Amino acid sequence: MTPLSSQATPLDAGWDIEQKQVLKALDRRQGIDKGFSWLALLAVIFSLFVLVVLLVDILIDGVPVLSWNFLTSFPSRRPEAAGIVSALVGTIWVMVLVALFTFPIGVGAGIFLEEFVPDSLIAKAVEINISNLAGVPSIIYGLLGLQVFVRILFPITQGRSVLSGALTLALLVLPIVIIATRESLRSIPGSLRQAGFALGATRWQVIRSHVFPLALPGILTGVILALSRAIGETAPLITIGALTYIPFLPELSLRGLQSPFTVLPIQIFNWVSRPQADFHALAAGAIIVLMVILLLMNATAIYLRNRFQK
Amino acid sequence: MTTNSLPPDPNNLWRPNRGLNKRVEQAVIWLFGLFALISVATTFGIVLSLLFETVEFFKDVPLWNFLTDRQWTPLFSNPQFGILVLLSATFLTSLIALLVAVPLGLLSAIYLSEYASPKLRKWLKPALEILAGVPTVVYGYFALLLVTPFLQVFLPQLGGFNALSAGIVMGIAITPLIASLSEDAIYAVPGALRDGSYALGLTKRETIFGVVLPAALSGIVASVILAVSRAVGETMIVALAAGQNPRLGLNPFVPVMTMTAYIVQVSLGDTPAGSIAFKSIFAVGMTLFLLTLVFNIISFWFVRKFRETYE
Repeated sequence: MTPLSSQATPLDAGWDIEQKQVLKALDRRQGIDKGFSWLALLAVIFSLFVLVVLLVDILIDGVPVLSWNFLTSFPSRRPEAAGIVSALVGTIWVMVLVALFTFPIGVGAGIFLEEFVPDSLIAKAVEINISNLAGVPSIIYGLLGLQVFVRILFPITQGRSVLSGALTLALLVLPIVIIATRESLRSIPGSLRQAGFALGATRWQVIRSHVFPLALPGILTGVILALSRAIGETAPLITIGALTYIPFLPELSLRGLQSPFTVLPIQIFNWVSRPQADFHALAAGAIIVLMVILLLMNATAIYLRNRFQK
Repeated sequence: MTTNSLPPDPNNLWRPNRGLNKRVEQAVIWLFGLFALISVATTFGIVLSLLFETVEFFKDVPLWNFLTDRQWTPLFSNPQFGILVLLSATFLTSLIALLVAVPLGLLSAIYLSEYASPKLRKWLKPALEILAGVPTVVYGYFALLLVTPFLQVFLPQLGGFNALSAGIVMGIAITPLIASLSEDAIYAVPGALRDGSYALGLTKRETIFGVVLPAALSGIVASVILAVSRAVGETMIVALAAGQNPRLGLNPFVPVMTMTAYIVQVSLGDTPAGSIAFKSIFAVGMTLFLLTLVFNIISFWFVRKFRETYE
């Protein structure tokens, strides 16, 4: 793979062709090569530079508003008194509910497709369906949630409630969990299953006590990534009608599920879309809190992956 | 071994409860099968819920007017719903985003797979993935409050809300998607092809353009089409930074309203169910859904049709 050298060697002396011309062309070609490699490097550096600018800008704007009061106050018309407690608690509610819905359903569906009906028509059909769902814009899920959870299931969800929001986001991230589960199960060697069957265990027994525990770290990584996608989503929740001004917290009971709610991204959206600069600073502060939560979740996912990877 | 063992008493033998195991197995299969059906039901739910209100909408607004009117004025006493207005804004912001994301993403992919050392690659790839993990509402903040004022220094005629900075930031947001998917495609091209090209005296860049990229073309094109579909459905960046002015045309310096921004605007207001504005967001959503569906199908088709397989 050594590139051609532009230095003339003794062997070249016997050439009939215009040696100088060829070497000159070679020089030019290698010059273009060098330029292109710099250009490619520049593209990567530019993307990372934008990331750094974005983070620094948000830190500069947002750090001054961060305080205990900011974390524990309700939103307010007066910027100096406003806080994110209802958004933060709403985000935690939604996150816990989405995890409760997607973990059993996503993992169950993944196990079904990978262990019980692999290579069947059903598995293939669901696979195509899932890859199609992954391409649907998230705001469309909001319209689905508005129609199904807010309107049709009104008696259960009480309309624009935490429950409706969590169900909508759960449908949105379900494909991620199913795909992660299937990939994680696929990486478990088949000999393990054969050994279990040879001892007379049923398929479910083998999965429950041997395959699933080994696949769990990969599955958990997928669930965490799905959750971090869910808590950053704004558009579907705006569409189902999550409010922006919530001066109370949902009570910690089943009734709380039916309470109106807001989440951090919606609070950020609301503050950014106001004209006053004071609110923009609040938005930056809320962004820092959101990004810290995301960072912690991703760090957990990476830790799990490294800890259990064999 | 004792010889005086009794013959086994058939009633006293321990037997595993196979019947119970079988019933549990059946229950698990049915339950998990039901879970797998939920994802299929989601697709049907999306299509049905969009279809239902869209049909209602077209009872009030003829399809022909929807497709040909040149005004989008849902709140006027004589409302007009010309989807072209919103489509032009979506097209404009997506085009700008692609002009940013395709070169950036493709060059990044080439650098990562062809130039970067394995060690550097191990660091750069996750760093680029952070860009993909930033919530879009944060990009909206960035576009509205940093990129627009920055661009206004050079372009004084630029509005406070405009398609340009929304498009640029959206491009940054989808760059990792193109970079990551194209990189997978480029990385999968076998090394023997490169070696063959070097043996013919081609330089590294000539090899990349003449051999590697054509070999990875199906994956690259698929990644770009998926990026288009992502850009068309992107919501928060355009809702925050591109403005709320339905306007037909392709001027990137003025406020425009994309399809997604319209849905957000109506959802933020207190629109009663059954009103024409409420129905219109489903009609717009249906348009958006069909548009992204077409892009996704083209992308799948392209991969299947033009994939080069190497052994």
